Amino acid sequence: MTVANHQALKAVFQRIREQADQRKTADTDGAVPKITIGMATCGIAAGAIETKQTFEQALAERRVEAQIYTVGCIGHCYAEPVVIIDHPDSGFAPIFYHNVTAGKAKMLVRQFLIEGDPCFEHIYGAMETNEMIPSVTEFDRFNQEVRVVMEKCGHINPEEIDDYLVSGGYSGLAQALQMAPEDIVAAIQHAGLRGRGGAGFSTGRKWALAREAESLEKVVICNADEGDPGAYMDRTIIESNPHQVLEGMAICARAVGAHQGIIYVRAEYPLAVKIMTRAIAQAETMGILGRHIFETDFNFRIKLFQGSGAFVCGEETGMIRSIEGYRGMPQHRPPYPVVNGLKGQPTVINNVKTLACVPPIIEKGYSWFRSIGTEESPGTAIFSVVGDVVHAGLVEIPMGVTLRELIFDICGGIPNQKAFKAVQIGGPSGGCLPAAFLDTPIDFDSLTQAGAMMGSGGMVVMDEDTCVADVSRYFLDFTQNESCGKCTFCRIGTRHLLDILERITKGEGQDDDLQRLQDLSLDIKKGSLCGLGKTAPNPILTSIRYFKEDYDAHLKEGRCPGLVCRPLIAYYIDLDKCARGCDACVGCCPTNAVFTTSTRKKGIDQQLCVKCGECVVACPPEYDAVRKVSPPHLVPAIERPAQPENAEDA
Amino acid sequence: MPTITVNGQSIEAQSGMSLLQACLEKGIFIPNLCYLKAMTEPPASCRLCFVEIEGQPDPVAACTITVADGLVVSTDTSAVRQLQRTALQLLLSVHDIDCKNCPANKQCALQDLAKFLKVPLKNKPTETYLREPAIDETHPHLTYYPNRCILCGKCIYVCQTRHGQSSLSFAKRGFDTVISFYGALEIDQQACDDCQQCAQVCPVGALVMKSG
Ligand SMILES: Cc1cc2nc3c(=O)[nH]c(=O)nc-3n(C[C@H](O)[C@H](O)[C@H](O)COP(=O)(O)O)c2cc1C
Ligand code: SF4
Ligand code: SF4
Ligand code: FES
Repeated sequence: MTVANHQALKAVFQRIREQADQRKTADTDGAVPKITIGMATCGIAAGAIETKQTFEQALAERRVEAQIYTVGCIGHCYAEPVVIIDHPDSGFAPIFYHNVTAGKAKMLVRQFLIEGDPCFEHIYGAMETNEMIPSVTEFDRFNQEVRVVMEKCGHINPEEIDDYLVSGGYSGLAQALQMAPEDIVAAIQHAGLRGRGGAGFSTGRKWALAREAESLEKVVICNADEGDPGAYMDRTIIESNPHQVLEGMAICARAVGAHQGIIYVRAEYPLAVKIMTRAIAQAETMGILGRHIFETDFNFRIKLFQGSGAFVCGEETGMIRSIEGYRGMPQHRPPYPVVNGLKGQPTVINNVKTLACVPPIIEKGYSWFRSIGTEESPGTAIFSVVGDVVHAGLVEIPMGVTLRELIFDICGGIPNQKAFKAVQIGGPSGGCLPAAFLDTPIDFDSLTQAGAMMGSGGMVVMDEDTCVADVSRYFLDFTQNESCGKCTFCRIGTRHLLDILERITKGEGQDDDLQRLQDLSLDIKKGSLCGLGKTAPNPILTSIRYFKEDYDAHLKEGRCPGLVCRPLIAYYIDLDKCARGCDACVGCCPTNAVFTTSTRKKGIDQQLCVKCGECVVACPPEYDAVRKVSPPHLVPAIERPAQPENAEDA
Repeated sequence: MPTITVNGQSIEAQSGMSLLQACLEKGIFIPNLCYLKAMTEPPASCRLCFVEIEGQPDPVAACTITVADGLVVSTDTSAVRQLQRTALQLLLSVHDIDCKNCPANKQCALQDLAKFLKVPLKNKPTETYLREPAIDETHPHLTYYPNRCILCGKCIYVCQTRHGQSSLSFAKRGFDTVISFYGALEIDQQACDDCQQCAQVCPVGALVMKSG
């Protein structure tokens, strides 16, 4: 492109940006209060739709002028529905409220918007430092996070391209179009960007290979299949800021010489599909995607492909088959997709997060990106932290933060005074790490060395009430169900693994079961065709390595240390704690196993008990008399008084 | 012509040929179940044709390697045999071992491999999983036995190659995967009788002609 063309492009981008600015300014009234509501799936699941409706109603009823502004995920899923109220007249900085139910919404309209009282007891924190309210930036959660991918999430309306443009969006693409394609590849290479979809392959190298591949047509695919149970980062990013992903794809297309892009999203993500479809349409209307992007000679069209949710379709060759209309069965690599991908064309497949890192790298330069994170893993990691943590949700942290900092500082540690037991990283392909690894820095290589893997960012924290054998069983059940069935090791081998784990967790394990699990696991890892089979045994191998005593307890003592495996536990009522005459647990038992003892306390008939645990819930906390033990024979004998009809029999 | 070394013996192979084919043609046997010479993109799904190649940490499937000058290959290391035995045992664990009543008896690929790899045919009964129904009679001219099938896919391949479109395909997924016939009712009896390729290519007697 010539210098004159650069000038023209800058002018076109400037114009688009200014028009967006004008529309936004016309739309916003700076004087009235602004109510920002998080409406990604995490917010909606917690009731954000009702919250929004209540605000609208309350504003209308009381004739209060305010603007409601919907955004994606603000990153505090544990606190949803989350609302930020900016009420300039009140004299307060914008305030973050958590768990805003319909009732709270009504109250905030009345007390804060009308009367100017911000309801201190309901405040989570102020969004800016100020004299009156502690600011969220002082909380670990906020001050340890560094946002590259999610910088704009929760701040812009994902359904309006103007919002993205006004906040600086698409300037990376405008800049990239003024660069030579090989310089874009070089910038990504220098940034040291590694794929966020699992394996951490160098994105720059992938692009360089695709660029070198000779072909008239090339393809860029965004992998938004996100099949790990418990992971929802990619969905949230699309629901909160779709344009950053589109921009990353367009920059990639420019760099490698592609004209078609495909976003592979699972159909179970209807909101993500809707928001992404709208984003593509808006970008095309504005000349940011499609033909003659920014009035240059660069064409790039993006289509959305809805997958039907098979985990294996997240594997790149399986995904390509699926898009081509075949069964989603992986194929042997090499050839890699960058050489021979969709319909034989060189194809770059990158994860949503990888692509979303691209615009800021181009815009701010690779040294900026390298200044975040570690030498070998620059940038940030995004995790959906779930399980036994106080503040579950999406977090974006610089690489190199330790597991301990992430779990205990940023996510608030383990609830209910329980002890930490294990953390599963990388979902069904990843590993289960014990407390001894809490000081492991989170980066691609350290996690792999520990036996886990970065994966795509699912992290499940587990407290002392966890049985790792049961967790392995859960993951194997998942992979076994998701195996495509193509190759022998994965199709049949995972079934054997699952079978062994099932009998161990039932207390029916055999002496050599641990050895068999390990031997078969190693063969499946080496023998399987694709990454699914190659990684499926990881939860087993790591949990045996780090928690062998848990398996031994099941196998040798018939004991489940986490008190999870039903056949290996029993409930009884501690007579010292049980309150004479209290009947709280009697009605709750579905099998009438609870009986009254001769001292008018309660006992559990072990023959009838189905171990549902309802009585634990029913027993009033001040008595807390129901106990769980393993192995079951530890239950103290409590005679059931002979019942009238039994008495007759006798 | 590329020259490769296999088990210390130097052999010449045709360029572009798969390593598996090159070895088989020189009489060096490598266990294999899903490969046919004509395949340009072999499925590499049976996971039996493992060999070790100098410079590569783990065994690789020989059907996926194109011969290249200077390759140094071993076909009978303990790592290779370990994987092959496990793969075969896994296949046998879902196989209805009833050789006496099987038309493939004495010409069955599984029997041959069991002998070659010294794997007993019978697994412990607790480790065998058989599927229901054991017989699929939906095809007008073919009978299919899921508990014999090793899902090699050769039948699909030959039907596809011969007729441009295969009337056989994989159905269901994962452990439940079977061969199934879509639109088979429209198939002309004569065409199948004249062809019979799928039944002939089947290495284990899982597809049998009804008329035959
Ligand atoms: C069974 C399996 C499932 C996968 N699922 C995903 C997924 O959901 N999302 C993803 O981005 N990558 C997934 N991958 C990794 C992809 O194959 C591929 O490596 C990745 O999309 C490349 O993008 P990246 O370089 O940006 O990480 C999966 C791999 C395997 C083996
Ligand atoms: S490893 Fe599993 S998912 Fe991958 S090709 Fe083999 S059977 Fe299919
Ligand atoms: S029916 Fe025979 S040829 Fe077809 S997949 Fe099964 S074993 Fe292979
Ligand atoms: S012959 Fe190579 S994997 Fe089946």
